[in-house]
Amino acid sequence: MNTLPLITGHALDDCLAWRSDGPVSVREFLADAQLLAARLPAGDWLLNVCQDRYRFAVGFAAGLLTGKGSLQPASQSAETLSRIQHDFPGTVCLCDSAFESGDLPRLDFPELHAVDRPHVMEIPSVPADQVAAILFTSGSTGIPQAHRKSWGKLLANGLAGAAALALNNCPHTIVGTVPVQHSYGFESTLLLALHGRCSFWAGKPFYPQDIAAALSTVPQPRLLVTTPFHLSALLAAEIELPSIDLLLSATAPLSLELAARAEQRTGAPLHEIYGSTETGQIAVRRTTDGPRWALLPAIRLRQHEEITFASGGHIEGEMPMGDRIEIHDDCHFTLLGRHADLINIAGKRTSLAYLNHQIATIPGIVDACFYLPDDERPDGITRLAAFVVAPALSVRDIQAALRSRIDAVFMPRPLVRVAALPRNSTGKLPRDALQALHRTHTRHD
Amino acid sequence: MSEALSPEVVTGLLPEVAELIISALNLDMGADEIEADAPLFGEGLGLDSIDVLEIALVVSKRYGFQLRSDNEDNIRIFSSLRALTAHIAAHRSK
Repeated sequence: MNTLPLITGHALDDCLAWRSDGPVSVREFLADAQLLAARLPAGDWLLNVCQDRYRFAVGFAAGLLTGKGSLQPASQSAETLSRIQHDFPGTVCLCDSAFESGDLPRLDFPELHAVDRPHVMEIPSVPADQVAAILFTSGSTGIPQAHRKSWGKLLANGLAGAAALALNNCPHTIVGTVPVQHSYGFESTLLLALHGRCSFWAGKPFYPQDIAAALSTVPQPRLLVTTPFHLSALLAAEIELPSIDLLLSATAPLSLELAARAEQRTGAPLHEIYGSTETGQIAVRRTTDGPRWALLPAIRLRQHEEITFASGGHIEGEMPMGDRIEIHDDCHFTLLGRHADLINIAGKRTSLAYLNHQIATIPGIVDACFYLPDDERPDGITRLAAFVVAPALSVRDIQAALRSRIDAVFMPRPLVRVAALPRNSTGKLPRDALQALHRTHTRHD
Repeated sequence: MSEALSPEVVTGLLPEVAELIISALNLDMGADEIEADAPLFGEGLGLDSIDVLEIALVVSKRYGFQLRSDNEDNIRIFSSLRALTAHIAAHRSK
């Protein structure tokens, strides 16, 4: 059986993580993973919702050691949890906060004492074909799609990500503002630490002042893994920033203006990552160098009609991409835009078809549709709107029903009750009619 | 932090903070429609963490202090318009 190490590039006494009480070595991390592994109940799957990046990492490693795959859904709504319970029997939910775990069996992250740590003498190995994680997308059909990632592919993913940023020769300390369960945070904080010789800060700083404080707690060189939204808030706050050596952004397009301002302000080069939950990260660019993306090593693109497919390297099989792409050569491409139905808000993806299906199936709804406005603010967050025909329901009733079905970032704002939707003779909803409806129901101050 | 704020000071500041939230988030409602004690998240106004960051930015500009999540109870601060207003009243430097 082909096995691969849980951690590459680090020696046992290298630092892997930074917590508020100090550094944690690879040896200590592996000991904590062993301690936790001994407490995990039987079952094949772990829904690891730990907020603390270190605890997530320990849970993930304990899962690898005991053959439990890490389930990483796109949302944590009640609907998602019951679907997981149905589709993945034997799932245990690992929590470190007052998370509403519903009917799922739950393990609260135990207190692990340093004195109990076994003395780890070697880095354990994991079967290359073991399903290490399943990342979910909502899928354009409305049914969540599970994307299985083997340990071998995740290791290759971490190596490729580190190589693309040249981190191997110069390991950084990573401060991430993004959740570790999301594919970008998973790859660019945890996998870069496990396989890219980096270490990570355990927290997930939120406010600009939190980000500055976290950066100043960890040693240089520092890599800030963030999003256009957090980055723009950080710069807008006009606070004193500790030195940053490398900036990484993903999840949404970053404007050249913001990229240039971020580089000027911090002195650090800003790189963007392009990828998807299906493929993992596949390309990188320095935004201020222009719109061309460079593919990660071993990744290939192919086009058939309108669709671009990615394969090779750490990609499982061949995956269609959600964006329209112009390929320049074997290693470079430019993004032209999204395929019409797909929506990406704050790094969370869904489709209008999925949202329309969710709202239409709420009891009492006669007709309904979501609408994505055109006027996207660069680096800001575009909010969806929804128009509903539901004489018997109040706006609050509909919001409450929606909240249990879809992620909060997709909640319509505004949610407008109308007498009828502007359907044409074929029953379709012309975009300009929705646009007009939207204009009459939003204020532009 | 000093909690020795008179309820009148907080109540007096409520409309201004409500207006700030509405304009920052481009909400389709009037300042008097935000109930002072209703939750801002979930069943109430339905805000999410993206909104919180937007509000934090305008609060820092208007009132001259930075919000932090590790030295204050974030959930309590954003539990209602009144709680947020009380926090602002206690920490404002301008």
